[in-house]
Amino acid sequence: MTILKTTTLQSDPVERQAVPDPTPMKASDMVRFRQVNKRFGETVVLRDLDLDVAPAEKVAVIGPSGSGKTTILRLLMTLEQPDSGTIEVDGEHLWHKANKRGELIPADEKHLRTMRTHLGMVFQHFNLFPHMSVLRNIIEPLVRVRGMSREEAATRGRTLLDMVGLAEKECAYPGRLSGGQQQRVAIARALAMEPKVMLFDEVTSALDPELVGEVLSVLRELAQQTDMTMIFVTHEMRFAREVADRVVMFDQGQIVEQGPPCEIFKDPTSPRTRAFLKAVLEH
Amino acid sequence: MDAVLNGLPHLFRGAQVTVEITILAAILGAAMAFPMGVLRLSKRRLVRTLAGAYVEFFRGTSALVQLFWLFFVLPLAGIKLDPMTAGVLALGLNIGAYGAEVVRGAVQSVPHGQVEAAIALNMTEMQRMRRVVIPQALVAMLPPLGNLAIELLKLTSLVSLITLHDITFNAQTLRESVGHTTEIFAAVLLMYFVLASAISVGMRALERRVGRWREAPLDRSRAALRQLADTMGGVPA
Repeated sequence: MTILKTTTLQSDPVERQAVPDPTPMKASDMVRFRQVNKRFGETVVLRDLDLDVAPAEKVAVIGPSGSGKTTILRLLMTLEQPDSGTIEVDGEHLWHKANKRGELIPADEKHLRTMRTHLGMVFQHFNLFPHMSVLRNIIEPLVRVRGMSREEAATRGRTLLDMVGLAEKECAYPGRLSGGQQQRVAIARALAMEPKVMLFDEVTSALDPELVGEVLSVLRELAQQTDMTMIFVTHEMRFAREVADRVVMFDQGQIVEQGPPCEIFKDPTSPRTRAFLKAVLEH
Repeated sequence: MDAVLNGLPHLFRGAQVTVEITILAAILGAAMAFPMGVLRLSKRRLVRTLAGAYVEFFRGTSALVQLFWLFFVLPLAGIKLDPMTAGVLALGLNIGAYGAEVVRGAVQSVPHGQVEAAIALNMTEMQRMRRVVIPQALVAMLPPLGNLAIELLKLTSLVSLITLHDITFNAQTLRESVGHTTEIFAAVLLMYFVLASAISVGMRALERRVGRWREAPLDRSRAALRQLADTMGGVPA
């Protein structure tokens, strides 16, 4: 079951390329996986995955470790390449582009760079640049990639640091911050690039328990305030229940079950979801 | 003793040549080491192989023989190099090969998550290298590069064998004219040591400058103690 949430932001239908496609994309889909397969050596990580995400939709992907959840985000962020199938973002193929005859050919770096402007990601281990101050972590990509002036980038950086509650830390190096603070900076850095789709990869898993709250509260606020499409891979069930429009239960490279949080958490239909939730919630 | 003291200016002139060759060969060495070290990690096999061939060749053969090739063998093929050029080329290419391995190791030591974050921020491959990977790798590569610079300084004594008047060469000519072998070579030893120490001090200053961001992260146990002290009414921890 897919919940489509329409917004005025994405109302105009995306112009499609002349690509033969048996199942045309709904105008309102922001992300769309079709028959995507991914394996690492012998291990199948994603199996014929179909997944649609609507603009502004907040999707939480849950499931046991090693079930392929993170791979979904890594394929979207172009950190891994799918073995087969297609992924579309905002109506355009991510890993493919159409040649002059309208056939899909593998995307080149130039196409990937265009597509990456739509995407942003926050990592489990923050991955802040340790040799740059907090503010420079945000400014540098804005200046180098977006071609913004330093002053303009600094203004945006400060606004975002203020939003995540770290205005006073702009001159500190990341090594001086707690994990929770680092993750909030990483969120601000990704937001600064204004992506259409934000990917959150277990962003609280590497944090000490007492620091999880501050990160989740930033995300909660963010999810409520923006029209950005967000996909969370998470083990925080309460957070998923509060923030997500839809919860996707993932196991062994496939979607086991999906639906609104109230349905999935209160009355899961799949035995695998029930077993997983029981194990997680009793913990 | 006077004879030795009178000979000192001769030794200092030699030291000037030694310093000159060290600096020029270090510049050439760095100019080879950085691109070659990075190219050894290239996605293209041909590029990787060519960079690897350079490293293996210059690391795998003797610096002295390389020097003799440039100075004695190339003229037979009609390419004549003056001693200074031959000396700088041979030592620079030789030390550059070792430097390339240092650069490669340091680049590889930067966590892959850094590159992934840079990709997620849509940096180009060049920007990822220049803005993210190299500045972090630099901190790891400076100490071994400092070793190589000192190694290079000592290697320059080889150029005395291709008629260049460096410290070692001038020491020998001085000894031949005035004797006092012990005193002269004691002075030579000291000169190399002072020059090497200068490199050491310079490299350490550079390390501190480049690695400023690497200050020890906040010590948690100390922070916890301070907090505990605060809650107990400001008892000093």
